[in-house]
Amino acid sequence: MIEITDLKASVEQTPILKGISLRLGPGEVHGIMGPNGSGKSTLARVLAGDPTYRVTGGSVLFHSTDLLELDADERARRGLFLAFQYPIEVPGVTIGNFLRAAVNARRDEDLPAMEFYGMLQERLKELGLDESWGNRYLNEGFSGGEKKRNEILQMMVLQPELCILDETDSGLDVDALRVVSEGVNQMRSPERSILIVTHYERLLEYIAPDRCHVMLDGRIVLSQDGVELARDIDERGYDFIREQVAAQAS
Amino acid sequence: MSSNAVTQQPEVGAYAAGWHDPDAKYSFRAEPGLSESVVRQMSEMKGEPSWMLEFRLRSLKHYQTRPMPTWGGHIDLDFDSIYYYLKPEADNARSWDDVPDAIKETFERLGIPEAERTVLAGVGAQYDSETVYHNLREEWQQQGVVFLDMDGGLAEHEGLVREHFGSVIAPEDNKFAALNSAVWSGGSFVYVPRGVQLEIPLQAYFRINADKAGQFERTLIIVEDGAFVHYIEGCTAPTYSSEALHSAVVEIIAKPGARVRYSTVQNWSANVYNLVTKRAVAMEGATVEWLDGNIGSKLTMKYPAVVLAGEGATGEVLSVAYAKDGQHQDTGAKMIHVAPGTSSRIISKSISKGLGRSSYRGLVRVHSGARGARSNVECDALLLDEHSRTDTYPYIEIDEDSASVGHEARVSRVSEQQVFYLMQRGLPEEEAVAMVVSGFIEPITKELPLEYAVELNRLIELEMEGSVG
Repeated sequence: MIEITDLKASVEQTPILKGISLRLGPGEVHGIMGPNGSGKSTLARVLAGDPTYRVTGGSVLFHSTDLLELDADERARRGLFLAFQYPIEVPGVTIGNFLRAAVNARRDEDLPAMEFYGMLQERLKELGLDESWGNRYLNEGFSGGEKKRNEILQMMVLQPELCILDETDSGLDVDALRVVSEGVNQMRSPERSILIVTHYERLLEYIAPDRCHVMLDGRIVLSQDGVELARDIDERGYDFIREQVAAQAS
Repeated sequence: MSSNAVTQQPEVGAYAAGWHDPDAKYSFRAEPGLSESVVRQMSEMKGEPSWMLEFRLRSLKHYQTRPMPTWGGHIDLDFDSIYYYLKPEADNARSWDDVPDAIKETFERLGIPEAERTVLAGVGAQYDSETVYHNLREEWQQQGVVFLDMDGGLAEHEGLVREHFGSVIAPEDNKFAALNSAVWSGGSFVYVPRGVQLEIPLQAYFRINADKAGQFERTLIIVEDGAFVHYIEGCTAPTYSSEALHSAVVEIIAKPGARVRYSTVQNWSANVYNLVTKRAVAMEGATVEWLDGNIGSKLTMKYPAVVLAGEGATGEVLSVAYAKDGQHQDTGAKMIHVAPGTSSRIISKSISKGLGRSSYRGLVRVHSGARGARSNVECDALLLDEHSRTDTYPYIEIDEDSASVGHEARVSRVSEQQVFYLMQRGLPEEEAVAMVVSGFIEPITKELPLEYAVELNRLIELEMEGSVG
C-alpha cells in the first residue's frame, strides 16, 4: 500500500526526519512510538502533505504513485487520511456541510443530501455522538476528547484506504478511548492500512498492531512484530530503548 | 402612472417624445450636468406637487454649496458630465454585445436564468414578473399594505409621503443626501398598517422599475405599531450599470413595537461610485435590523444607521464587505441612543483580497439621558493576501454614565493550517479557502434568506478561484 524509502524532511533549516524507511501492506496495522521530539508526528504530517515541512530526500510510493509529487488534497482523494493531533478550529463551518463537501470531492456526482445525512446519522450513532453533532461548528470550542472523536467520525465517513492516526489517544479518558478504539477496529479490513502514531502503549492494547516501530531522533531504530515492543516501552521507558540501540551500534 | 407599468424609453434623439404630456406646450430635452432647470423639468415631467419641487430645489441649493467630504474614499467623477435625469437616445442603446465578458461568465457560472441576465446587465427594458407579483399584490391590498415605487407612492399617498419624506434624513445631512433629494427617481414606498405581520419579504425586484439602474433611488418605509416587514434590496448577481454615480437614500420609520428588517446585497460593476445614506428611526420598543452585503462597486460609502428614539428600542447592523483589486468598501454603521433602555449591536465582517481595501467606519453615540443604554460592536477583518489592507475608524461618543458600550476588533489571515486541514479531507485549495471565508461571514449570511446566502457563498467561491497561489 505504502512504501517509504529513506524519507528526510526539515522544518525551516532544522532536519527532523533523517531517513525513514517503512512499508505497510494492505490490511496491516502498524504502531509507531517514540519520545517527544522523535519526529513521529512529523512523519504523519509529512505523509499528509503539511506545507510546514520541506522534504529534503527520499521517496514515498502510495499505490505505486509518487506521493510526494501530489498536493495534500490529491493525496486525500486517493485515500490518505490523517487524524490530526491538534485539529484546528474552522469557525462558521458546520461539520455536516464540511463532511458533505469532503465526500463529494471524491465523487463525480454529488451524493444526494438525504443519503448523506442518513449515512452521517448512522456514523454518529456508532460513535455515541448526539444527532445534532453535524450542526456544530468544526472543532470550535471542542474539548480535546471531542476533537479526537470528531477526527474518527470523519475517518468513518470518508472510508480512506490509509489511515494515519497522530496521537489520537492523547487527552482521551478511558471511555472515549474505548469508543475511539472500537471505531478504528471497525475500520480494519484487508483493503485498508492503519498507521498509529502514539506516545503511550495504551491505545495499542485496544487496537492490536501487526508490527511496532520505535523512532528516536528522526529515525526508526527498532521494529518488531506484534505488540511486545510497546509493552517493553511501557515497562522500561524509552531510555531502555536508547541503551539497547547504543549497545547494538557498538 | 401605474406603479408597475412598463414605461417606454424615450424614442427620438435628445427629445423625450414618449413622455408627452397631453397639455404640453413644452418638449423636454436631456442635458448633462445639474441645474435648476434640470430639476424643474424633472419635477414637471413627473407631475409632482409643488411642495416636492420646492423640496428638490432647496436640496439642490444645499448640494451646490456643500463641500465634498474630506474623508472616506477618493471620488474621481466629472459631475458636470453626468446625466441626472433624461439620457439621450445614444446612451440608452446598449446591446448584449456591449456587456463585459467577465459579467457574462459570472452569469453563466451562477446559473442565472437567461431572461434575468439582460435585466441585470442593464440591456433589457423589462423583466415580466407580473404573474408572481400579481398574486402577492392582491394579498397586500387585502391587508392594507402599500408597496409601490416612490413616484407612485407620492402620487397615490401624498399625505403620508409629505409627512415623512425627509423626516429621517434631511437634505442638509450630507452632500449626497442633498443630491439625492434634488434628483431622486424610483425606489420604493412601503406602508405597513398597525399589527400586520408580513411573512413574505418584499423585494425591490418585484417592482418593475420604470427607471433602469436606479441611479438616485429614494426609498421610504413606514411601519405602524406592532407590525413587521422584511424588505430586500438588490441581488448578488453582478449588476452592470452604465451610470458611474449611484446615490440612494433610504428612510425607515418604525413606530412603537414595530420590527423592520432591511437586507441589501450590492454587487455593482467596478465602475460605480455607490454613495448611500440609510437611516431608521426606531420608536418605543421598536426594532430595526439592517443586513448589508457589499461586494461590488469601485467605491461604496454606506453607514446604515438607527436612531433609537423611543424607550427600549433596539437597533442592529450586520454587515459584510468584500474588496478586491480596485475596490474600496468604506462601510459600517451608526447607532444613536437617544432614549433610555435602548440597545444596539453592530457586527461587521470585512474581507480584503489583493490590493482591495475594506474599512469599517462606525459611530456609537449615546446622548445624555439615554439611561442604561447598551451597545456592542464587533468588527472582524480577514486579509487574504500579503498586501491586502483593512482599516477601522470607530467613533464612540458617550454622554451618559449609566451606558455600557463595548467594542472588539479582530484582524486575521486565512491560516495555512486551516487550509491544509480542509485540503487533507480532499477539498481543492480554492474550495478550502472559500470555505474558510464563508465560515468567516456565516454569522451574517445565516440571517439572509436562503437563496441569498447560497448565492453569496457561491459568489465567494468564484472570487476565490485564481486567488490562491
